[in-house]
Order: sequence, then structure tokens, then C-alpha cells
Amino acid sequence: MITQNSTTAVPKALQEPKSGGLMKFILRNKALYIMLIPGLLYFLVFKYFPLAGSVIAFQDFNIFKGFWGSDWVGLKWFEQFLSYPNLLRLLKNTLIISLYQIVFTFPAPILLAILLNELRMQRFKRVVQTIVYLPHFLSWTIVFGFVYMLLSVQTGFVNQAIEALGGDPVNFLQKAEYFRTIIISSGIWKEMGWSAIIFLAAIAGISPALYEAAKIDGASRFKQFIHITLPGMLPAIMILLLLKIGHILDLGFEQIYLFLNPLTLSSGDVLDTYAYRVGILGGKYSLTTAIGLFKSIIGLLLLVVANRASKATTGEGLY
Amino acid sequence: MKIKQSLGERIFDLFNILLLLLTCAAVLLPLIHVIAGSLSTTNALIHSEVMFWPVGFNFDNYVLVFQNETFWRAFGITVFVVVVGTVINMAFTIFTGYPLSKSYLKGRQGIMLFIIFTMIFQAPMIPAYLLVKELGMMNSLWALIIPGALSAFNMILCITFFRGLPEELFEAARVDGMSEYNIVTKIALPLSLPIIVTLTLFYSVAHWNNYYSALLYINDADLRPLQLYLYNLLAQYDTSDSQSYMTSTVTWDVSPQGLQMATIIVATVPILLVYPFVQKHFIKGAMLGSLKE
Repeated sequence: MITQNSTTAVPKALQEPKSGGLMKFILRNKALYIMLIPGLLYFLVFKYFPLAGSVIAFQDFNIFKGFWGSDWVGLKWFEQFLSYPNLLRLLKNTLIISLYQIVFTFPAPILLAILLNELRMQRFKRVVQTIVYLPHFLSWTIVFGFVYMLLSVQTGFVNQAIEALGGDPVNFLQKAEYFRTIIISSGIWKEMGWSAIIFLAAIAGISPALYEAAKIDGASRFKQFIHITLPGMLPAIMILLLLKIGHILDLGFEQIYLFLNPLTLSSGDVLDTYAYRVGILGGKYSLTTAIGLFKSIIGLLLLVVANRASKATTGEGLY
Repeated sequence: MKIKQSLGERIFDLFNILLLLLTCAAVLLPLIHVIAGSLSTTNALIHSEVMFWPVGFNFDNYVLVFQNETFWRAFGITVFVVVVGTVINMAFTIFTGYPLSKSYLKGRQGIMLFIIFTMIFQAPMIPAYLLVKELGMMNSLWALIIPGALSAFNMILCITFFRGLPEELFEAARVDGMSEYNIVTKIALPLSLPIIVTLTLFYSVAHWNNYYSALLYINDADLRPLQLYLYNLLAQYDTSDSQSYMTSTVTWDVSPQGLQMATIIVATVPILLVYPFVQKHFIKGAMLGSLKE
């Protein structure tokens, strides 16, 4: 995307001289380079420094000694983390929620895009799109607010319905067994519409000639869907699935942290929320940075494996 | 040309419409339920009489929310962060994006790689937190603005737009002796209104919705933005936030639920107001983004 040649004309004055070399070019265009400085400094300080700061995972980081002065401890924190008695619970919660996301959250927008594409009434289609895209723009706090109110024991619609059917109200947000269902369904509610855009774009990119030819050959709409639309969406589906697999241990801290409370920790405490509690609130910086690094490494490994599997089976891959 | 539909296809069409109507209902009903609740009387609310239509229509909950000082404080802080933060975002995005839109700029590819690398390898939570702490920005509103001053993704959208502008125009201005800074502000910007509007909306919605930075960097209750205030109001209703309401509710017939509902709606309304404008632009952005992946 960046390497493509620009179609804009290159000013003559800047094209010709091979003579001057780099320094001369920079001097002549110094205004452009000066403009870049604040932005590049920003990336250096706020993106690269923290990346480099990950070395504290191998240190006994002490806030008073700083990055340079703290003692090196090798893999101590990784060992401590891997022998942490609750590690299994954290990993299990993280992986189960992630798996649910792949099984339920991931296909939802694909399905929605297919249904929208099959819709003949253009105006109705636009109305549906306008409505389903809306929750994407609401913050997780607000979405949490809606869920909280919907499930409230006293006033919530869901418990009203349960009571109307003769059941007893359930305090869903305080029960560990409902936590994952709530996370998955509120995630689908918020992002299903928005995520469908990419798949709609993929469908829009399919050549109409293919459909024309299929129609002439007498293919039904279902056949057209199976043999044209679905294969046309496959590259987009595979790429997004691979990216999701690379983030299998990242579940979206913002969402899970909001919904989590002491009563739901047993099924909802994941690596990220644990890292926040122990790291930021508990001050164990090195340990939690080690957890973050562990997550990234696992993600990268899975991405490589999944990419290879995908290339072997579907021919699609990220690289 | 009209092709006759088979029975199966017509059944599918009907089923499809029903399913999409159901999806729309599932998206809208939680909103309607909370709006209806916030406009109902306390009595109706706590006796579970409110479904999707207000019972005993009144604005008491809203009046009380708007009388609450803590709410206004949080609201003001969010407005400040949205305005100042977005101005800073736009300045960084435009002035970093403009030079990088010049295909003849030497070192451009290296710089782009330097930037794209940060999109792939995100800054980890703890070191980023320690950095903000080291910079002395804890419990300062700058912590909500500076660490997110420039989004690489938005900058790439901006670069793509700038590239579509005719370079001859800039060259002519240069020949006339205009400084590069003036070329950006007097020539490039007036021609780039669509992307300016889009990115301004991107950034301001992100600021409005952000609670993560505040959760990490703001401990002082007086500096909480609206989203964090709302979260505390919902999740920890035994704390001072609802008590500050409760002491003032003696003469009012309201319940915590009603107040919480009204606060949720007040935090949602600005998004609903800009949504019609945002939607069109955001979709363009999302499409561009998907093409780039």
C-alpha cells in the first residue's frame, strides 16, 4: 500500500539533480523533514520506548532504580508465572472465551453480510445497515450499562420475561456460569454489524461477470452463492481468522474488565485482567510484563502455524 | 428481464427479511428499554412495569442528573479532552501525514516502515503505564491526550487523501515563494475538507468513548471523565457517586436505577446525534482499511 507509485506529478525541480545527493535533498526540503519531527518523536517515545521497556520482564524492576539500574533476573518471572497455582484457571478462561469468540462471534458478521447481500430491497438494506452499525460507536461502558439494565433483577426486561413465564429472577451479572455467555453476546451485539462491512466489501469486489455467466448456465441463487459468493469471500475470511488466531490470548481487556466482579472471577478472570490487577493495582510490574510477553510469543507462534495450515489447505495466507 | 423465482427462493427471501428484522429489533430493544425506564416513574420502574414504553412519563431522573455537580464535572472533563485532544490529534496527523504523502521524499519508505511497525507490535500495557508515570502525567488530563496523540491508521488515511491532490498546485505555490507550512494550511487543508471532517469525527468519538486511559492514569475522582464516572455509578453503586444523589433525593421520588438509566442515555445521546454524519464517513474509512490489509 505504501510502496505503490504515486500518480501525482513529481516536480521537475526535484527530479533532475542526481548530483547533490541526500544531504542536498534534505537541505532543500528541510521544511518537510522538520514537519516530520514531532510525529516521529511521538512514535519513538510512546510506541518504541514501551516496546523496549518490555525488558523489565527479565529484570527485578524497581521504580526508583529505573530501566537501567534494576537487577537482571533472567527468566525468574516467567518461571514464577508458569508455576502460579491459578495459572491454569487463567489460561482456561482465556482460551475458552477465545474459542467461543471464534465459534460464535467470528461467523456472525459473515452470516449477516451474506443475508444483507441476498436482500433485494435496497432501501430496507440501508435501514438495516444503519441500525446494526450503530452499537459499534457506543463505548464499552455504555454497552455495559445497557446489559446491566437489561439483566437487572429489579427492573430488567429479561427478568420481567422470566417472571412472566413463571420463573424466578436471576442475577445474571453476579453468576459465574453466565459470564462467558454475556461477554460473547454483548460482543456480537456491539460489533457484528460493523465487522460485516469488510465482508460486504469482499462480496462487492466479486466480478458481476461471474454471476452473469452462472445465470446463463442456469445456476440457482443457492448454487451461485455456493460457487461464487462463498469462494469470493474466502480470502477475507481466512485473513481475518488468521489475525484472530494471532490474538487468541487478547480478548479485549476493556470489555471483560467492565463485566468482571469478584463473584465472576472463577469463569471470567483472564490473563489481561489478572495482569491489570496484579500489575497496575498490585505494582508487580516485572511479573505482568512477563505475562504480556508470554502472550505475544504464543500469539506469534500460533499465527505462524495457522498461516502455514491455511496456505496448505486454502491457499490463502497473511504472508 | 424478470426471472421467475422458485418456491424455495421465495421462502428464503421471506425468512431472510424476518431474520434481519429480528436482528434490528435485538439491536434497538436494549436502547428503547433503557430510554423508556429513564422516563418512567420510580414506582413503575421498581415494580417491573416498564418494558419498551415509559409508564407515567416524566423527566425527574434527567432533572436530577443535570443538577448533579459530579456529573457536570465528569462531563466537562470529557468535553475538554474531546476538544483539546482532537485538535492535537489533527495537528499531528496533518503535519506528519503531509510530508509522507510526497512520493519524492527521500527516506519515506523507511519512515513508513518505522510507523507501520508500531501498528503490528503494540506497546505493552505495563511499560506504557510506567512511561506515563515517569513523564509525570499521572492524574493529569494530558495522560488522556498525549499518549494517543497520533493514530498511525488515521494518518495513513490522511496520506492517501493528500496523494490525490495535484502536486503542480504545491509546486506553483513554492515557486511563488510560499513556505511549506503555509502551503499545508492555505492550500492542502482547504482542499482536504472531506478527510479533515472524517478524521475529526474518528478522533472525537474515540476520545468521547475512551475509559481505558482514565482507568490506568486517573486516580483522582475529580478528574474522571464521563465514561469512568458512568462505570463507577453502575458497578459500585454503594460509593459516593450514588450517595451524592441519594442525599439530594429526599424530596424527589427517584430510584438509583432510574438515575443510572438517565445517565447512560445522557452519555449515549451525543453519539446518536453525530451518528448520521459519522456513519457515512466511518464506513469509507473501514472500507479503506479493509482494502489495505
